[in-house]
Amino acid sequence: MAAITSTKNEMQPPPSERSTPIGWLLKNLFNSWYNILLTIVAGLIIFAVLRGTINWALTDARWAVIPNNIRNFLVGQYPSAIAGQTDYVWRLGLGLYLLAAVIGLTFGSRIRRPEPIGAVLVAIPIVLALLPILYFYTVRPENLTAGDIWTTAFQIFALDIIGIAGLIVGRIGGDRFKRTVTILWILYFPVIVLLIRGVGDNHLIREAPLAAIQTRFWGGLLLSLLLAVVGIMGSFPIGVMLALGRQSKLPVLRYLSVIYIEFIRGVPLISLLFMGQVMLNLFLPDQIELDRVIRAMVPITMFSAAYLAENVRGGLQSIPNGQYEAAWALGLNGFQTMARIILPQALRTVIPVMVGQFIGLFKDTSLVAIVGLLDLLGIARGVIANPNYIGTQREVFLFISLFYFVFSYALSYTSRRIEANLGVGQR
Amino acid sequence: MAEPIIIARDVHKWYGNFHALRGVDMEVEKGEVIVIFGPSGSGKSTFIRTINRLEEHQQGQIVVDGIELTHDVRNIEMVRQETGMVFQQFNLFPHLTVMQNITLAPIQVRKKGKAEAEEKANQLLKRVGIPEQAYKYPGQLSGGQQQRVAIARALAMEPKIMLFDEPTSALDPEMIKEVLDVMTELANSGMTMLVVTHEMGFARAVANRMFFFDEGNIVESGTPTDIFKNPKEDRTKLFLSQILQH
Repeated sequence: MAAITSTKNEMQPPPSERSTPIGWLLKNLFNSWYNILLTIVAGLIIFAVLRGTINWALTDARWAVIPNNIRNFLVGQYPSAIAGQTDYVWRLGLGLYLLAAVIGLTFGSRIRRPEPIGAVLVAIPIVLALLPILYFYTVRPENLTAGDIWTTAFQIFALDIIGIAGLIVGRIGGDRFKRTVTILWILYFPVIVLLIRGVGDNHLIREAPLAAIQTRFWGGLLLSLLLAVVGIMGSFPIGVMLALGRQSKLPVLRYLSVIYIEFIRGVPLISLLFMGQVMLNLFLPDQIELDRVIRAMVPITMFSAAYLAENVRGGLQSIPNGQYEAAWALGLNGFQTMARIILPQALRTVIPVMVGQFIGLFKDTSLVAIVGLLDLLGIARGVIANPNYIGTQREVFLFISLFYFVFSYALSYTSRRIEANLGVGQR
Repeated sequence: MAEPIIIARDVHKWYGNFHALRGVDMEVEKGEVIVIFGPSGSGKSTFIRTINRLEEHQQGQIVVDGIELTHDVRNIEMVRQETGMVFQQFNLFPHLTVMQNITLAPIQVRKKGKAEAEEKANQLLKRVGIPEQAYKYPGQLSGGQQQRVAIARALAMEPKIMLFDEPTSALDPEMIKEVLDVMTELANSGMTMLVVTHEMGFARAVANRMFFFDEGNIVESGTPTDIFKNPKEDRTKLFLSQILQH
């Protein structure tokens, strides 16, 4: 009797659930006659599809279209030495180096534990640097020398060197650098805009290092990312303000917000883009002619802001009234209550939906190809229309799909890391 | 005698058509401990919440520490800075650590330095008996610990008055005592306190006066001895017999 009670009170390990790969297969794929059948049928279908695809990718596909147009895919008509113009692509490279440095500093000074995302960030330049080398030694193109290729590979790999240097500096600086890093991020955006846009009017007239590159020369991945980043950064504050406006006690503010949100949400993005391209100039005075890229950025931002406002409103409604009351009872005013208590909690709860929306926004930027801008999809359509590359739709679309997937997945992965770190859903 | 620190005259409050407060009169002297009790729906919580304007009264007059509560936002904010409040559901800020919960208002509202605010917070956490929990989040604490943090957070603003709205009603029985001990210590230190509670042991031990609320008004008031030994009104007798039975 005594022996039984003593074992009952001891802590016992939970029952083991470890299984072998074969055990897993038996349990999940071959556990009954209809699952065995399903597994075999599905396996045959996957084999048939994959065999065709892999066969095509390794034999029939004309992959040369990708490296031959790689500049176009990445930066569009941005003036480069390859096109026989003064090269300005170095400004974009400099922008990337600065980005690597700031990211390195951020990781070094803020993040204590090693994060898997850090490994991914380091791996990206290595993989990208290997691609031109692989290309050169498999295809052996005649117009390029080994020196060119190794230089390019090293230029890409330098992103890692700079990033890791930033990481080390950040680690040494530690907490003292936190504020500096925030300032650097805020400074980064005007700097990158300056690098991409330059100053003045026209690069063809003045060949200064920071000569203006008009937006009609921006294209490819550069333009897609720009549209997405501007859309995200622009729609975030507007969306939060609209959400607050919709909850406001002032009727004018509330109705204006509701009208805006409902109107924009009731219209397809593509029609807003057409309005931006075709109709905006009708409303503006003759002297003002807005740039075409800006005329695409504005509708994308407006569209995203309306959806974001509804997401943020959902977050605001999830905050119990007691939080407002506790803040007011302490003497915080309305603004402090919002900024310190309500919004931090509300935004935290909607991070997953917000990131989902931003991923959608990034992919939706491809609609600008329909109104004639040369983003990644626009360039792809241009390349396919080139007589030299007729019949390469599959190669080109597969390639740009890969780009969209990589960036969307990166966003989604980052958001899951942020959620885990902030403990969303755990009070 | 000095001017009462809280004056409520003929306070009325309606929720739609429901007449929640029906002409409440009360004066509280500095340093008094007041216990308000009564059946649910009697308006006791509503009344205590009008004192820092979490509820707006529609008729009558409320003057706190010489400041009248009107629609003037500055007056409301001044009164709120002088009155601390402790809620039934604690209402700690879940995204901030205990330390940040306590120092937020002193830094934001009183414009204190961070070091000064944190030193004060550490003193308060020691006073409420949980100095070791400063860097945890509210979700990691027990209910009793959370309520003590809430008391420390209110005290950090150095209020002249403390309002307690059923502070122990959401707590497990074994945690009620740790909160009541803190409140008793606070009462003995001379703080002016208005406490809505059914903890009659606490009332008997520390209250200067008790008010029995029913149907939106004060039915009876007096010292704990008056109320417990010889209540005058039948409703008071009935209510006391109901809550003291078990």
